Amino acid sequence: MKAVAKYRLPSGGHIDRSQLLQFSWGGRTLHGFHGDTLASALLAHGIHFVGRSFKYHRPRGIYTAGVEEPNALVTVGRNGRMTPNLRATEVLLTEGLNAVPQNAWPSLDFDLLSVNNFLSPFLPAGFYYKTFMSPAAWWHKRYEPMIRRSAGLGCASGQADPDSYERRYAYAEVLVVGGGAAGLAAAHAAGQSGKRVVLVEQDWLLGGSLLARTGETIDGEPARAWLAKMQRELAAMDNVQVLPNTTCFAAYEHGMWGLLERLRHHGTEQDKPNAPRQRMWWLRAPRSVIATGAIERPMVFANNDLPGVTLASSAATYANRFAVKPGDRTIVFTNNNSGYVSALSLIEAGVEVKAIVDTRPAPSGAMAQRLLECGVTIFPGHGISRARGWHDLHHLRIAPIDEEGVAQRGGVLMSCDSLAVSGGWSPVIHLPSHQGAKVQWNEEQACFIVAEAPAGMAIVGGAAASFALAQAVQEGATAGASAVGATAPAYGAIHGAEGALDCDSIAWIKGKRGKAFVDLQNDSTAKDLALAIREGYESIEHVKRYTTTGMATDQGKLANVNAIRIVSKIRGLPMNEVGVTTFRAPYTPTTLAAFAGRELDDFLQPERITPLHDWSVTLGAAFEPVGQWMRAWYYPKAGEDMHRAVQRESAAVRESVGFMDASTLGKIEVRGKDAAEFLNRVYTNGMLKMPAGACRYGLMLNEEGTLFDDGVISRLADDRFFISTTTGGAPRVLAWLELWLQTEWTDLEVWLTSITEQWAALALNGPKARKVLQPLTDIDLGHEAFPYMRFREGQVCGAKARILRVSFTGELGYEIHMAPEAAVSVAEDLMETGAEYKITPYGTESMHLLRAEKGFIIAGQDNEGTTTPDDLGLSGLCSTKKDYVGRRGAERAGMRREDRKQLVGLLPENETLVLPEGVPLGAGELTPPFPILGHVTSSYMSPTLKRGFAMGLLRRGHKRHGETISALVKGAAVPCKIVPPMFLDPDGERLRGEDA
Amino acid sequence: MQKYSAISLAYHAFRGHRHWQRAWRSPEPRQHYDVIVVGAGGHGLGTAYYLAKHHGLRKIAVLERGWLGGGNTGRNTTIIRSNYLQDESGGLYELARSLWETLSQEVNYNVMFSPRGVLNLCHDEHDLKGVQRRVLANQASGIEGEFLTPAQIKKEVPEMHVACPRLPVLGASLQRTAGTARHDAVAWGYARAADALGVDIIEQCTVNGFRIEGGKVRGVETTRGAIEADKVALVPAGHASVLANLAGFRLPIESRPLQALVSEPLKPCLNTVIMSGAIHGYVSQSDKGELVIGGGADAYNGYAQRGSPHVLAGSIGAVCHLFPQFRRLRMLRSWGGVVDIAPDASAILSPTPVENLFINCGWGTGGFKATPGSALAFAHLVANGSPHPKAEGFTLNRFASGLIIDEHSAAAVAH
Ligand SMILES: Cc1cc2nc3c(=O)[nH]c(=O)nc-3n(C[C@H](O)[C@H](O)[C@H](O)COP(=O)(O)OP(=O)(O)OC[C@H]3O[C@@H](n4cnc5c(N)ncnc54)[C@H](O)[C@@H]3O)c2cc1C
Repeated sequence: MKAVAKYRLPSGGHIDRSQLLQFSWGGRTLHGFHGDTLASALLAHGIHFVGRSFKYHRPRGIYTAGVEEPNALVTVGRNGRMTPNLRATEVLLTEGLNAVPQNAWPSLDFDLLSVNNFLSPFLPAGFYYKTFMSPAAWWHKRYEPMIRRSAGLGCASGQADPDSYERRYAYAEVLVVGGGAAGLAAAHAAGQSGKRVVLVEQDWLLGGSLLARTGETIDGEPARAWLAKMQRELAAMDNVQVLPNTTCFAAYEHGMWGLLERLRHHGTEQDKPNAPRQRMWWLRAPRSVIATGAIERPMVFANNDLPGVTLASSAATYANRFAVKPGDRTIVFTNNNSGYVSALSLIEAGVEVKAIVDTRPAPSGAMAQRLLECGVTIFPGHGISRARGWHDLHHLRIAPIDEEGVAQRGGVLMSCDSLAVSGGWSPVIHLPSHQGAKVQWNEEQACFIVAEAPAGMAIVGGAAASFALAQAVQEGATAGASAVGATAPAYGAIHGAEGALDCDSIAWIKGKRGKAFVDLQNDSTAKDLALAIREGYESIEHVKRYTTTGMATDQGKLANVNAIRIVSKIRGLPMNEVGVTTFRAPYTPTTLAAFAGRELDDFLQPERITPLHDWSVTLGAAFEPVGQWMRAWYYPKAGEDMHRAVQRESAAVRESVGFMDASTLGKIEVRGKDAAEFLNRVYTNGMLKMPAGACRYGLMLNEEGTLFDDGVISRLADDRFFISTTTGGAPRVLAWLELWLQTEWTDLEVWLTSITEQWAALALNGPKARKVLQPLTDIDLGHEAFPYMRFREGQVCGAKARILRVSFTGELGYEIHMAPEAAVSVAEDLMETGAEYKITPYGTESMHLLRAEKGFIIAGQDNEGTTTPDDLGLSGLCSTKKDYVGRRGAERAGMRREDRKQLVGLLPENETLVLPEGVPLGAGELTPPFPILGHVTSSYMSPTLKRGFAMGLLRRGHKRHGETISALVKGAAVPCKIVPPMFLDPDGERLRGEDA
Repeated sequence: MQKYSAISLAYHAFRGHRHWQRAWRSPEPRQHYDVIVVGAGGHGLGTAYYLAKHHGLRKIAVLERGWLGGGNTGRNTTIIRSNYLQDESGGLYELARSLWETLSQEVNYNVMFSPRGVLNLCHDEHDLKGVQRRVLANQASGIEGEFLTPAQIKKEVPEMHVACPRLPVLGASLQRTAGTARHDAVAWGYARAADALGVDIIEQCTVNGFRIEGGKVRGVETTRGAIEADKVALVPAGHASVLANLAGFRLPIESRPLQALVSEPLKPCLNTVIMSGAIHGYVSQSDKGELVIGGGADAYNGYAQRGSPHVLAGSIGAVCHLFPQFRRLRMLRSWGGVVDIAPDASAILSPTPVENLFINCGWGTGGFKATPGSALAFAHLVANGSPHPKAEGFTLNRFASGLIIDEHSAAAVAH
């Protein structure tokens, strides 16, 4: 057994003395007990000095015992698990834990940047706005890198995080936030109803401030026994879920809450490497009880930041919960009654309290009496004008103060090794504030409280400035019961902390020398606040931003109210007029990866594959990602590169027959008595008179009148259509159609169903397509029996199928839609019957090439945001007889001007050249800067034309056929002939194909 | 105006910083102004500054509902670049970008313009073509930029997982002269410089009506009383339609929440700005050390300055995907602003149906970068009644005429 650490009290505390743990702090091996935090274990060894501040790199100690800690920021873990900026007060001690100090170089004890402390006269608030301006280029080159290096706190590990995170969606009738006395009473009362209740507590222990005190009783039993009983009973209720280690970090609209559950403690992740480290809960709970307690405030005086200074309640927490004493000789400095409570509690735990310094001239009666009896000197009407020390505190100057808090002459210098301060209490009202609750200053308890809780939310206990234990428990029980429509259970006698703080308005002791810190981490001082106001940064938001007060990693949990008090004093304004800065989520810092959950790496987005994917893989296909889809891009044969494969595939379709996997096409079924009317409104061409069995190519515009998407509409029955969309456009189109139906045309009876994945599709194209397909189907494919732009239902290879006679290649084409299960066997049968015609599977690249030869556009490639159907030469598809979405937009004068960018064909004079897609078009030599007249949208080498060809958008393009234009290729102007965007078979003769 | 410099800082240090003057006064509104600017964001304050500086106007007021710079100016993620697609936008954004280079010296306030480079990533063939096209178009019109292959990206940003398993990075555009600046400093710097030229900046003064006679604006009604003016220039960002409504005309603007967040501060770990439209996220590191993360706007309209968690989670996920070593870091603060989005995702700097009433809005998710250019051009329009040559196309009547300037591809993931 190792020797007990020097500052460990012989007994007491919520620690397990039988579990001795070894850990490392900055390379030193130390010991602590299970139940310790890293902070309490360090304090047990008398280590207060653990960090350096942000700006001046001053030595800093452990200031608190909780989530509000501004100073004791450490880096924990190794390699990819190294985590910076953790508060030592929140890190549960585990065996082998490795923690190091941060923001200090070369070492914590000797940090070079602490010269900043002595340069501080030159570094007042906002100094960087006033300097580093000349020469202009030096900001980015010299000054900024220097500032960046000295700013920042810990280091990112620089390695991938090996852990995983999880997400869960859940519902509860009631969410109780906070597992202190009030929260437990609330969850217990609500839980009795049998309704679903979730209780979250950020700590690993329930109990809240009960853990920090002794001698309290609830319902006649010692608080500790009551706590155990509540936990037992809550655990026995199936409808209640208690989540320790869980922070409710945000309140969102409509009863949505963000919870972060920490499943593995620091330093134990490697024990179960595949288990998630943290779990993000998105909880819906229409009702909530906010029992988040309150946070003690510091006092503002010179050198109030020295290691050895802690919050008074934190000192009591260390003594009672962790059995650690803050020092051998402690002084308490307070402006309210709770300082006395903490002092007494320290004494009871065996800590020597030398003196209590109270700003109030007449300190509180009974407790003062008890302290005097314990031999504590009381200094009423005094303040601490300056603390002395550097790496540790050793003396305090205690001086009388006037009504303004100005330190007077006289007073005493007292030695001590720890100081416990209390400047009043701030209820934790972050969550209601996330929901926009107005806050207001409560003079009586000297704190901001929520003026009116948002609907469904009850705020109880410390969070509502009800600091008396009895009141907190009763409020909790009442709120919990009423959240489920029950009446509150009655509690027996409760003895505990008194509620009234009698808090003085003085929290800032104005002395002549030294820095009086308001925001400990960011090093902003009372002087900085005064400077900001002197310079006109008066609004509290300006003060905050100019001085960075409240912008540290504790987000002002300690600093803000003191800052507002000081501003209120300097400006002579009431607290409510100074107001607060906005509370924003998260309540405490929240792991980024927990927001992402499993949706990272391979699971970032689902990878969608078609039923023919594996079949294509067997054929050696190369794939192309298109949105979430993987599409077969080309099917290279041995020794072929992409170019040669595409040339072969395309030629095969023109000369004989080929087919491609078209399953990714978006497909939507449109049903209902008004389906035709609906489609008539969203497509540019008429849909009303279309007979069942017909197909139509249609354009959808947005309100601007520019192209939104295109596809084929097939009418299955009077009230039933089947439409296709572009692969990438499917979700967008569905959402767009729903938007119209749900917000504009609510009178239409139409239902939309996405059926993209319910139907696989193969596009069979080429003069021999009929010959290949006819033997496999019962549908008569004869040209007259089954004309172009019709569809038929029947069987293909014994499977139910819909065949559309449409073509995106200009050849005879059939689009075969069938159940996904049937796709592979249909493909195999096509290969078999097509063998004699050398049937060739082709990919998206050949499809692009083939359609471009015919001048067919790809929506999203050959248009841009301003392109109208007219620009694309598709005005024939736009009805002049009916109204449709986008018609009015497209009819505006500017949409019809001749100098718009219009689709043209381009033939480079050098026939072997394939223009790169995207290159700009212009006149003449094209030496930058030059006016851009357009750009190349699609470009290929045609095996049929035996030359490179392209399409592009070009100003006045429609009127320039026959002229020459230059394209900028690798810095050189390449002349191209402008032609109509139709390179093959302008009369569409090939569509007929060969007879079967 | 007191001069800010290292020397003045030292001088004041020896005097205990007790003699710094106010950065701007807090005057009572006068009865009448030549021009009233509504909205003390960067664009509004800049407009007032250039009106005074370039156009010799002296009686100018800027009226602000809350505290100056508290709108989107103080909420944005400060990405500055000019590599937009369309000529009109490229021209205006490049004007702005070039003004950024000397803005600190211009207003004698360090706005910390940091041309650290902005990368726009592409993750599929379609993206790739779009980015290549944009780079070529930019080069053709004299805007600096280059295209990077994955190997080159790896060199520029070794921290990034270029070959990430899903949606790997296939290429990127890089504008080296693009970067970031300090948002508050822009508002404060312009405010101070405008104040020094006699501009009255009046905070806590909401405009809630207009005085219009015979189709001409004569002044505004405010929570601090009526104020007369010969001309009124509206620069209210998210609240543009609200003010237009009060003046009796409608705007084709949708106001939507846009969110952003920062991590806890860290030692330098990312030296450029990384943006990905396809996976909807972007990230840079502030001088203080925080990772600054954002993404796309919420899909619904609203005026609450907060948004939906899943949208924010999406942006975080995108950044975690690209930077596995950032995953363990923690979000410190998130917030939202209300952005004013025009149907073509381009700005409006324009006369209005009311004579002598002008409007500057529609900057949506990406107007911070435009601040100096927008302010300069808008001041020109307000003073002369005719548009600045670099901002000719940005009129309100383009929505009636159909001469829209489509920048959706530039704004898909905003900024
Ligand atoms: C989260 C977020 C991230 C962004 N990121 C970027 C980015 O990285 N890069 C980029 O370039 N842009 C970005 N933007 C956009 C950018 O912030 C804005 O386009 C730009 O700041 C607008 O400036 P402004 O001066 O016009 O508006 P604001 O700063 O919003 O100023 C408008 C002012 O008008 C005031 N006002 C409104 N109504 C009234 C009234 N009735 N009376 C008086 N005053 C009134 C408001 O209070 C406000 O102060 C982002 C925006 C947000 C919200």
